[in-house]
Amino acid sequence: MMKMWQAGKRLLPMTAALGLILAGCGREDLSVLRPQGPEAETSFGLMKLAITIMIVVLLIVFGIAAYVLVRYRRKPGQNEIPEQVEGSFKLEVLWTVIPLILVVVLAVPTVKAVFAAGDDHSGDANAVKVKVTGHQYWWEFEYTDYGITTAQDLVIPVGKDIAFELSTKDVLHSFWVPSLSGKIDTNPDGTTNRFSFSAPNEGVYRGKCAELCGPSHGFMEFKVKSVSEAAFEEWIASMKAPAVLPEDPALAEKFRSACLTCHAVGDQGIAGAGPDLTGIGSRESVAGILLNDDTREDGAPIEENLKTWLHDPESVKPGNLMPDPKEELGLTDEEIDGIAEYLAGYTLN
Amino acid sequence: MDWITTVDHKKIAVLYLWAGGFFFGIGGLEAILIRIQLIKPMNTFLDAQTFNELITMHGTTMIFLGVMPIIFALMNAVIPLQIGARDVAFPFLNALGFWTFLFGGLLLNLSWIMGGAPDAGWTAYTPLSSADYSATHGVDFYTIGLQIAGLGTLIGGINFLATIITMRAPGMSFMRMPMFAWATFITSAIILFAFPAITVGLVLLTFDRILGANFFDVAGGGNPVLWQHIFWIFGHPEVYILILPAFGIISEVIPTFSRKRLFGYSSMVFATILIAFLGFMVWAHHMFTTGLGPVANALFSVSTMLIAVPTGIKIFNWLFTMWGGQVRFTSANLFAVGFIPTFTMGGVTGVMLASAPADFQFHDTYFVVAHFHYVIVGGLVLGLFSGLHYWWPKMFGRMLSETLGKWTFWTFIIGFHMTFFVQHFLGLMGMQRRVFTYLPNQDFDLLNLISTIGAGLMGVGMIIFLLNVFLTSRKPADAGNDPWEDGRTLEWTIPSPPPEYNFKQTPLVRGLDAFWKEKTAGHKAMTPSEPVGSIHMPSATPLPFVMSVGIFIAGLGFMFSRDEFGSAVMSFLFNNYIVTALGLLITFGSMLLRSLYDDHGWHIEPEELEGS
Repeated sequence: MMKMWQAGKRLLPMTAALGLILAGCGREDLSVLRPQGPEAETSFGLMKLAITIMIVVLLIVFGIAAYVLVRYRRKPGQNEIPEQVEGSFKLEVLWTVIPLILVVVLAVPTVKAVFAAGDDHSGDANAVKVKVTGHQYWWEFEYTDYGITTAQDLVIPVGKDIAFELSTKDVLHSFWVPSLSGKIDTNPDGTTNRFSFSAPNEGVYRGKCAELCGPSHGFMEFKVKSVSEAAFEEWIASMKAPAVLPEDPALAEKFRSACLTCHAVGDQGIAGAGPDLTGIGSRESVAGILLNDDTREDGAPIEENLKTWLHDPESVKPGNLMPDPKEELGLTDEEIDGIAEYLAGYTLN
Repeated sequence: MDWITTVDHKKIAVLYLWAGGFFFGIGGLEAILIRIQLIKPMNTFLDAQTFNELITMHGTTMIFLGVMPIIFALMNAVIPLQIGARDVAFPFLNALGFWTFLFGGLLLNLSWIMGGAPDAGWTAYTPLSSADYSATHGVDFYTIGLQIAGLGTLIGGINFLATIITMRAPGMSFMRMPMFAWATFITSAIILFAFPAITVGLVLLTFDRILGANFFDVAGGGNPVLWQHIFWIFGHPEVYILILPAFGIISEVIPTFSRKRLFGYSSMVFATILIAFLGFMVWAHHMFTTGLGPVANALFSVSTMLIAVPTGIKIFNWLFTMWGGQVRFTSANLFAVGFIPTFTMGGVTGVMLASAPADFQFHDTYFVVAHFHYVIVGGLVLGLFSGLHYWWPKMFGRMLSETLGKWTFWTFIIGFHMTFFVQHFLGLMGMQRRVFTYLPNQDFDLLNLISTIGAGLMGVGMIIFLLNVFLTSRKPADAGNDPWEDGRTLEWTIPSPPPEYNFKQTPLVRGLDAFWKEKTAGHKAMTPSEPVGSIHMPSATPLPFVMSVGIFIAGLGFMFSRDEFGSAVMSFLFNNYIVTALGLLITFGSMLLRSLYDDHGWHIEPEELEGS
């Protein structure tokens, strides 16, 4: 028992040191190694435990290997036959039992965490319920309690449990926000998944699709925006406000006939065929990957991003289902720019 | 012509080696293209569709057409010799197995020039692999090509089972069998139980795609998660089909070059069986994020972790085989010694992945890519290199150059660790796998660059190996019976390369490491268990080749049965299944011919044997 404790005492500083080293890896809003919520924290804790055990195992194997290779290499002129050892019952039992113990050490917290992760909060009155639907190659978020739907930016109140119900409209996708939680697949109806996470800190976190879903799989990104409770309520209210259409009636008509047959803004248009565009001017990105932040070198102003997208969606996300606005929808360059300008200005409070 | 009609296991081994090597080269080129595309963010070297085709074909090619045939090459070359047999149990089937593999592989790779390769990942998850979302014939090439190639694997596995059970030399009990023979035996047993699963899966997917069935289509009452179960019930054991032969090779090479018997032989056998058994119990650990629920996730977590125990037994037994021995660093042994720490690193990340709540983060990221390349490349490919350097003189009668062998080892293993070690961190930092490019400023750039440079270095190692093979083939065949001087098993008792009949007289086995036992008793050769007599040999025949051509034609005919062709004649032939029928007619006709024609083979008489 004493020995176990001493081994544990040696493991502790190692775990701490590992934690520090690993925490230096990657962006805070993206890296698994810099968890920003309790669910990611649980995974990270298990990872640290596993890595610590595994490094100890590796050091033992490397140590014995190095010793054997140096000590027992054949020297020139060495020709006698070494003793032919059959094996050693004691040693073999030793390296059966020790790994078994290590497995148990890892298995117990694993099983605990597995059942904790099975907790989905869907019956919890305090939780915000969100229906996530994966599409080739964008994400739809429906807030069932509030009757609103948005796309690409998942806005959540800070600290609250979010209860997700996930499915897909086409192929399998996998919903993943590395710094907040592990991933879960979106399967077709009938095999709908539930899980939940929460974000204790305000911030914007990067989310990804982790299941191969076609050419633009790598571009199927989204953002999770954790905002204060008050800001969240305000956002809900302004999402429910009547739709804003382009001021120019000709452009509004064009927008209605060309865009709203697949998209929706507020109460107008068709829901679910394409991403909901309500308040798109306030989003973090266009199409999930064109970042609306001109202070960054990889970002650009939203209007520019919208123009990039609308002039040639295929070049931004190969294989996406949006018809080419010029070729297939018959929009002129001016109309496209006008719609981009209107959408960029369609912001929420 | 001789190569097309041969039924000799040694020649079939060479065929497997060249064909496997050819596909391995294609898979390697695909890997290099993938790495070039990922060298920097937002690279436009390849487009997204081509990239997805490349990753699909890289995985499929490497596993089914690259490494498995090279494993079969070594098994064919060595197993009958190691157990003191004159051939495998069914020489005709052995040839058939090779030809179906080759034609399946060719069919699969025809997709590159016939309008689009498969693009749904090597796991071909539905619905992405369904006709709705993968509209080219790519996935048809995958299902039908793999079906034909898989037939060959299944035939080979059954053949080795029968060979090892029935054809061991007198005195060779199961517990006196060399470890490589044990590994082959267990691997063949896994093939026997795992391949029917993929066979069924591929049939169902083919039906869905070509005949419009609904096995995996929700709208028609099917379920895409079913495909994942079927695929992984095959797919996880497949991992052990790949790695157990490598374990077997390492267990032969390390004792030879340490001049010691294998430490803990019986626990090695036990561990191999246990790994195979557990291998069937853990498939759902590939599906932790599918939403199986906490009970299934917990059970599969724990059962997966348990595999670490028998694997650990093996690692420590190898280390203690060298303990107290005289370790020689030949190229073969360098690869074996390099295998141990590298495979261990792949093993420990495997245990990490087994922890389901942590796997929610690891799954489908570059961490997984790093893990399975450590196991498959760092384990299996290093093992295959070790085995090839070790048995090359026995197969071809020529020693590979040691200098070039060492260059191969160092460039390959340094390149390997450069490529894949950093990928663990890429995964943990949020890079998902199977992405054709990535946005800048995510801290992915530098590590991807390092990874690509490492891949280039591995390519250099491969080229040095090919150079070694080429230069060696120009040397005279002068390797002795026992070129490593410390050979322990039966294959080292006969000339290199062995005569057509392997053993003039079947040897009498008096213990584990039969040849070593005779050597230490002061004997130069094995005691024979029979007088010199007439040796029965099977006849050469082109029928296996013809049968495989028939299946190949039938496969193509079926695949294009729904297509519209420019010419009316072509449409008529394909749409009425005439091409399919023709192909099947060739195959079944050959079978009928084989059944009706009674071939007794031929004999090598004692007088002819005296000369050798």
